[in-house]
Amino acid sequence: MRLTKEELEILAILEENHRTPVETIAMQVQTTPENVKKIIERLEKEKIIVSYPALIDWNKIDGKEHVVAMIGVKVTPKRGVGFDEVAERIYRYPEVTSLYLMSGTYDFSVTVEGKNLKDIATFVSEKLATIENVVSTTTHFLLKKYKHDGVIIEGKQDKDRRMVITP
Amino acid sequence: MKNPESYLSETAARLRPSGIRKFFDLASNMEDVISLGVGEPDFVTPWGIREAAIASLEEGYTSYTANAGLIELRREISAYLQKKIGVKYDAGQILVTIGASQALDLAFRAMLNPGDEVLIIEPAFVSYAALVTLAGGKPVTIPAPAENGFKITHEQLESAIGRRTKGILICSPNNPTGTCFNKEELAALAEVIEKHDLIVFSDEIYGELTYDGEYASIAAIGGMKERTIVISGFSKAFAMTGWRLGYAAGPKPWIQAMLKIHQYAAMCAPHMLQHGAIEALRNHEEDVKKMRDSYRRRRNYLVAALNKIGLDCHMPGGAFYVFPSIQKTGLTSEAFAEELLKKEKVAVVPGNAFGESGEGYIRCSYATSMEQLQEAIRRIERFVGTLLPGKKGGNEGTAKAEYMNV
Repeated sequence: MRLTKEELEILAILEENHRTPVETIAMQVQTTPENVKKIIERLEKEKIIVSYPALIDWNKIDGKEHVVAMIGVKVTPKRGVGFDEVAERIYRYPEVTSLYLMSGTYDFSVTVEGKNLKDIATFVSEKLATIENVVSTTTHFLLKKYKHDGVIIEGKQDKDRRMVITP
Repeated sequence: MKNPESYLSETAARLRPSGIRKFFDLASNMEDVISLGVGEPDFVTPWGIREAAIASLEEGYTSYTANAGLIELRREISAYLQKKIGVKYDAGQILVTIGASQALDLAFRAMLNPGDEVLIIEPAFVSYAALVTLAGGKPVTIPAPAENGFKITHEQLESAIGRRTKGILICSPNNPTGTCFNKEELAALAEVIEKHDLIVFSDEIYGELTYDGEYASIAAIGGMKERTIVISGFSKAFAMTGWRLGYAAGPKPWIQAMLKIHQYAAMCAPHMLQHGAIEALRNHEEDVKKMRDSYRRRRNYLVAALNKIGLDCHMPGGAFYVFPSIQKTGLTSEAFAEELLKKEKVAVVPGNAFGESGEGYIRCSYATSMEQLQEAIRRIERFVGTLLPGKKGGNEGTAKAEYMNV
């Protein structure tokens, strides 16, 4: 689908901060708030804007600590339906937070979240590994999140080191 | 020994300090200031460019380079200029300098005889007049009126030219007004320039930050390449102000004369940083585009917001400055800027820092985050509200009188 320059600008602004008020967006792209509202509604309807999640560092909150694992899964694709049907058997589990079909040494990259190691071990051995067509799983536990979705979570950020007034 | 000041050269003693200086001292002693007074990008140099300079240090590139700069860098600049402004310079027509500022200094020193006049379109960047004077020349300003979008007409140019006029300085996009000359406007000026056999110092440091049209260089107008020194650099487009890397491109004998002075005065630009510049030109066009898009959105916001709160502001075509009028408030530029800083902790630069024709205006830079811009607008609105009739906070008479006393 081809978008206008105006629509692309609006997407860029929302991607940076989806809480930007429509009035501000309108001033930034030189149009009316009504028009911005109309465009956003259309982009939502077309599923170009899929959702507006907040990026939360749950591990900072007592009692909310959780474990994330990225699992490489090898499968034998099913005749006629390929990978899609196996994928569906995997992504329907609420523990699975992301699922990608990959090139390379395994087929699916599955991200699973649980309260503790045992949660994830149970999910892998009892749910994931037992799915028909799953040949093998390799589980990697996430130890530290440095950067997520383009945002540095833990590490050095560039600071504004400019002087107050320069020519 | 006599008074230490009495030993200074007359030139240095007579040189006026930059109008920005006083304001800088005032603002930097305050806390929690939102600054719209910064003349540089709010982005840090893209990581890939920084990494290239780090790698160059690790590999031991710590020696001098050729006086004119690394040949690889000059070749990249040559390809870049051909692509951006459509003018072909070979590596021998390009000189890598310590910021565009040094390129300007060298150009004036190489081209001006004592008493030669250089026309400067005002409001203008603070350095031009001083550098012309230091080179023995005489700056002659042409006021560019707000009604004409801070541009001059060819009639204005024609009437400013005298017997001693050697050349003209054109800065487009302009600091402090953000004004851009498009191709047709440059062609109209070029006709007069050619007729009077002038040379052109074309400061194109903000060239990449052109928002509504193409980056237009006067060197690309027929007959102008032979009489123009293009001066630019990496500071604004690639967010590399602190690197101090610029360049000049022009007719070979002129660039070679600048090179002669450069090799005595500075030797060469820093070696490891030139490697960063090569990386910038080779692989970071996409970053420039992203930054440009971001500035454009902020410009649109700021111009709309300033007009809404009652400060008339034209829509500038480039750079990252807007130059709204504060005449309605009855204050001078300096009084407005000083009071705004004291009362609301927002730093702007008074327009008269850029020459007399900047009086009645302030320069606001939008090279700062949208959050900061929005907060600055809230504060400016509150401040202006106490000065303008019909705005909230009214009580115009007394407030105005109070501000007039500063």
